[in-house]
Amino acid sequence: MLKLFLTSARCVRITRFHGVCGLATSTPASSPKVCIVGGGPAGFYTAQHLVKNVINTFTQTARHARCSFHGNVRVGKDVTVEELQEAYHAVVLSYGAEGNRTMGVPGEDLAGVYSAKDFVGWYNGLPRNRDLRPDLSCETAVILGQGNVALDVARMLLSPVDILKKTDITQHALDALAESSVRRVLIVGRRGPLQVACTIKELREMVNLPGTRPEMEVSEFEGIAETLKALARPRKRLTELLLKAAIETPGKEEFERWNRAERAWGFRFLRRPLEVLPSTDLIRAAGIRLAVNRLEGDGEGVWAVATGEVEDVECGLVISSIGYKSLPIDPAVPFDARKAIIPNTMGRVQQTAGLYCSGWVKRGPTGVIATTMNDSFDTARTLLQDIGKGTLDVSTVKPGSQAVSALLEKRGVKPVSFSDWEKIDSEETRRGETRGKPREKMLDVGEMLQVARA
Amino acid sequence: MVFTRGPLTTQFTIDTPQSNMARCLHLGSFLFTKMVNTPRISMGVKTCLIKTWTPHSQGKAISIHSAIHYNSENNSLSEEKVIIHFINQDGIKTTTAVTEGQTLLDVVVNKNLDIRGFGACEGTLACSTCHLIFDKTFYEKMEPIVDEEMDMLDLAYGLTKTSRLGCQVTVQKWMDGMTVQVPQEVRDAVGSKGSQ
Repeated sequence: MLKLFLTSARCVRITRFHGVCGLATSTPASSPKVCIVGGGPAGFYTAQHLVKNVINTFTQTARHARCSFHGNVRVGKDVTVEELQEAYHAVVLSYGAEGNRTMGVPGEDLAGVYSAKDFVGWYNGLPRNRDLRPDLSCETAVILGQGNVALDVARMLLSPVDILKKTDITQHALDALAESSVRRVLIVGRRGPLQVACTIKELREMVNLPGTRPEMEVSEFEGIAETLKALARPRKRLTELLLKAAIETPGKEEFERWNRAERAWGFRFLRRPLEVLPSTDLIRAAGIRLAVNRLEGDGEGVWAVATGEVEDVECGLVISSIGYKSLPIDPAVPFDARKAIIPNTMGRVQQTAGLYCSGWVKRGPTGVIATTMNDSFDTARTLLQDIGKGTLDVSTVKPGSQAVSALLEKRGVKPVSFSDWEKIDSEETRRGETRGKPREKMLDVGEMLQVARA
Repeated sequence: MVFTRGPLTTQFTIDTPQSNMARCLHLGSFLFTKMVNTPRISMGVKTCLIKTWTPHSQGKAISIHSAIHYNSENNSLSEEKVIIHFINQDGIKTTTAVTEGQTLLDVVVNKNLDIRGFGACEGTLACSTCHLIFDKTFYEKMEPIVDEEMDMLDLAYGLTKTSRLGCQVTVQKWMDGMTVQVPQEVRDAVGSKGSQ
């Protein structure tokens, strides 16, 4: 019975949506109407659970009779959350984390220093990162952070071009990486080997990356092997693989592969950035100054303490991968600036009836797809419970998407429908075919809109 | 086997096990409808001239019947079905009859089973949402798990000692009667979700 209105702002890719998602039923005015802001996994999984049919893919959700997708709509600018609340019985905020945490150190603004968010956006084809033009003319790159995003960046920097050119990496990123001089990537974290935030699949991809070898400091792994017995299986296997790459003697085949490798990567532990050191002309990064830490506490609650020692590492590329961050979308929505999430209880936004949230904006920007999926189902369930209990009043008639569409039209905003999106999708796929890639992404929103409306 | 002679639309249901065979003279080919113990209703009614044998008939009788064919994924008639029971997150059990060779993820998708959020990465070992829990006896008979599956399984919600990813388990005859389930949802008195 639910009508959902799905909107997505700016970018029209399913992977990069922010916007409103609405599901609309074709039953008359009295059905509950819900608007979902955000077209990423959280938005779609929330929608799937509200619609309640068996839907396996996001495509099926978007095409569902009770769902209408409206891309290229910026909530907070083209339409306010209050206006959405007037049109719908409930609004679910699932707009993710489009900002990033900054290191907050001197030199962060030098050329050659990038956030992982922007760097990943660059090779993934986000229009706003199209002109990043990262300088890859140095030999060493330092990545701050040791999560899956950090490993993704390392993998992109060191992958053989022959592998990259068969993916949907953007052409200009491919060209730049083909010319890259980067031969060594250090992945730096404040704490120790037992605290790495990445997961084993991503680590295994690095260990098996053709043309590369691991290079790490044996001393940083002292005492780690002894802890293995007591670890839960996921952490144990991850640590075993890390030890294998870092300190164990390789087998014959691996030894030869590592010997031939021209590129190297490694974790560095117990290091925190203090300053990005400038080049002599003071324009670009030439190195990074790191504070040396030691660990205190034990078990899960280990924390890092500065020893007073300092270490300088020469490098020309610094990428900070220390976390994405949600941003406030609209003054009408409560926002916890310290945690950078929308304050909520089980998905119900605090102090605001009729507002819900799911995904990273609810929980913080961590976890794998299954985490977000379960979280979105939780929010959907909360919403349905509230309707059932009468806490969420659905007795009044709400205009739903008609009202919002009218507002947008008055403001000269032309949303992109799902079938419009599919035209963009098939054009990108078509372009990719000629190059042996799954797709060739369009990097200009104007061009996308032209194709969408053709 | 119960036959009735009559006009084209007469139906017969074959309800005894073992070989009841009907030869279609129209098509000049053999339609062997080999019965399984519990016949499944399927689609498709074919009308043809059938030469029939029964254990008790003296000779051969030719009659025109409509035969109820048995549904099979790839349209062949005599493939044996493996019975697998699926229990979803709410404890609801669905029984399916499937052919060998497909994965349990294929089964969930093809049969449109009501299991929430199953198979997000479409079988590419990039998520853990097709996580299934098996009975120990069946679990121990399966092909050993490789690193790549274990890597993703390690991240699964509600992981157990007899867990596997459905996209990596292929249906085989010996799995007949097997029950698999996804982690159950438990709600406490306050209504908040937990898992067991």
